[in-house]
Amino acid sequence: MALKSKKRIQSHWGGFFFVLPSIIAMSIFVYGMIGWTVKFSLSNRTSAWSVDNSFAGLANFTGLLDDPEFTHAFSNLVKFTLVFMIGTLLSGLIMALLLEKGIKGEGLFRSIYLYPMAISFIAMGTSWRWLLDSAEGEKATGINLIFHKAGLSALENSWYTSEKGSMYAMALPAIWQMSGYVMALFLAGFRGIPDDLREAARVDGASEFKIYRHILFPQLSPTFLTVLIILGHISMKVFDLIYGIAGKGYVTKVLAIYMWQVIFDFQNYAKGAAIAVIILVMIAIVVIPYLIYVNKTEEANK
Amino acid sequence: MLKKSKLAAVLAAVALVATTAPAAPAAGNLEIFTWWASGGEAAGLEGMTTEFVNQNPDTTFVNASVAGAAGVNAKGVLVSRMAAGNPPDTFQAHAGAELSSYVRAGQLEDLTSLYKSEGWDEIFPAGLIKTLTTKGKIYSVPVNIHRANVLWWNPAAAKKAGITKAPESLDAMIADLKKFEKVGIDGIALAGQGDWAIAHLFDYVLLASMGADKFNGLWNGKTKWGSKDVKTAIKKFKTVLSYGNDSKSLDWPDAGKLVTSGKAGFFIMGDWASSQWQSEGLKLGKDYTWAPGPGTAGTYQWLSDSFTLPKGAPNRDAGIAWLKVCGSLAGQDAFNPKKGSIAVRKDSDPKLYDSYLKAAMKSWKTDTLVGSTVHGVNYGNAGMAALNSAVGKFYVGGAKDKKGFIKGLKAAYKQDKA
Repeated sequence: MALKSKKRIQSHWGGFFFVLPSIIAMSIFVYGMIGWTVKFSLSNRTSAWSVDNSFAGLANFTGLLDDPEFTHAFSNLVKFTLVFMIGTLLSGLIMALLLEKGIKGEGLFRSIYLYPMAISFIAMGTSWRWLLDSAEGEKATGINLIFHKAGLSALENSWYTSEKGSMYAMALPAIWQMSGYVMALFLAGFRGIPDDLREAARVDGASEFKIYRHILFPQLSPTFLTVLIILGHISMKVFDLIYGIAGKGYVTKVLAIYMWQVIFDFQNYAKGAAIAVIILVMIAIVVIPYLIYVNKTEEANK
Repeated sequence: MLKKSKLAAVLAAVALVATTAPAAPAAGNLEIFTWWASGGEAAGLEGMTTEFVNQNPDTTFVNASVAGAAGVNAKGVLVSRMAAGNPPDTFQAHAGAELSSYVRAGQLEDLTSLYKSEGWDEIFPAGLIKTLTTKGKIYSVPVNIHRANVLWWNPAAAKKAGITKAPESLDAMIADLKKFEKVGIDGIALAGQGDWAIAHLFDYVLLASMGADKFNGLWNGKTKWGSKDVKTAIKKFKTVLSYGNDSKSLDWPDAGKLVTSGKAGFFIMGDWASSQWQSEGLKLGKDYTWAPGPGTAGTYQWLSDSFTLPKGAPNRDAGIAWLKVCGSLAGQDAFNPKKGSIAVRKDSDPKLYDSYLKAAMKSWKTDTLVGSTVHGVNYGNAGMAALNSAVGKFYVGGAKDKKGFIKGLKAAYKQDKA
């Protein structure tokens, strides 16, 4: 018995040494950098030529509230996140439901739906820029051309270049890319539910709808949560997709683009760091409770 | 024993991580940082490089190019390296206010003595030297001059619209835009991607509408952004925009294609459009032609690419040798015909240049000089970005919110002077 526990301790320490390099790297390059960014965000270093690193309190953060460009980027991000999350969730779920029934050629469909994931945001941005061209009528190209040819001229619109609808249009390519992934997650969730449960429900006379509503969906709630978290954090830090489609253009500016601009164009390091911290906090609000929840359920399952 | 060796391995790994800092370039290198990575730009750089290597055969040339038009990507990398105290030996930047943040940060060396020893203070135009000088010091060596206020069009499309000669004022241009529209051609080609090309058009409209003196006053506070002159210019800008193509997401080469393919009439763009089209196999005079921006003949709205000497450059001597090539006649004449720009020097040989550039060289010597705002002469990076944003907002909003536009322009001015 004593021998066994000694061995266990030894293997514990061995494991610790193996992860030590990554612990050190993480603490420097992730947490150290986060700390550094926070320090910057609270400093007076607001230009390339100022070496004034003195403490500024929350001035950089309160300053952002008066910055119309920041509030514009923030509201853009909120709109984008809402449409992107709801759109991806629904389309992923619908695709999973269709495939879950075990149709012919399921493998083929699964790969087709997953392919967009393999394309980099930047390459995708360039193609979607052409697809979402805002010309209408005779001069239409891209999706507008399809609408025009199909006699659906009423549906033609200026996509991401319209002042009000820009972020809703911008969510389209993102939905297109991520819904296959969400489908795969849901599909795995469905497959994890034993067939006996459905059989039992059918024997009890439950309709298909009721089976989904009361038997399957409740069991999928961890999957739902995972999907929401993954989509949420992708959405809040979105940069390359929007940069690929519209560059630094005003109309589709989101927080990450504005942060980039403030740091590299304005060289206002303190303000840029403040925006970075805000993005981090927004993501943390979503992710940390989830991590706590996951840890707890894992503990409970042990 | 096992434990010990494990520990040693881990420590070794950590040490490896810790010491893998970027190696300093060996002596005898020249590291140059540009965003000229393709087309005529790369060819021009190649010409100048050959010149440099001939003069300095012992120096290895290291080109740290970062691709991306107007340096949008390169600037990010450069800013990080400068801030980290790891500058290249020389880097490319637009001459003028764009350099101000580096100058104020004390990151550049004063090159005034080089101007004297190389005779550049005599051979470069005085008006240009005046703009380059900040508090009696000069911090960069310009290699080329581009012109921003140029009107381009396709002779075949103009014929179709019944336009026989270039308009000579902004109002005459607007009248011509109508003629294009009548025959089903978009009046003016607009490139909305990333806002800057629309701001470029606005910069021209400001100049054409208020004249060089008042235009110059906009950047030093003598002309107010809330003034009547600006309001008139915005009104005309709105009219011009209303004749533009529907697509708001074109990059400038795509917008240029609308013109060369006869789908759009006029195009206000810098003269790099000419070298772009020539690289596409089009002929100047036949497939496209040019005139000074209507209402701005006699005024040369310039921008210039220049090279600098960062403080603490690892190979300072090589950096200075490069700058000497940049300012030399041989260097400028190797670079400019390929890049599609003219030499800064007044003694450059016109025979090397095409008909447009020959005419530009003539104007460069006699015209009134004003700077291009969108390309770094009048505003620093922050002011430029804010101005682009304001124009972009006005443009996507259907050019309705004039008050908001003026507010944005005022904010950009404030941003620049901050």
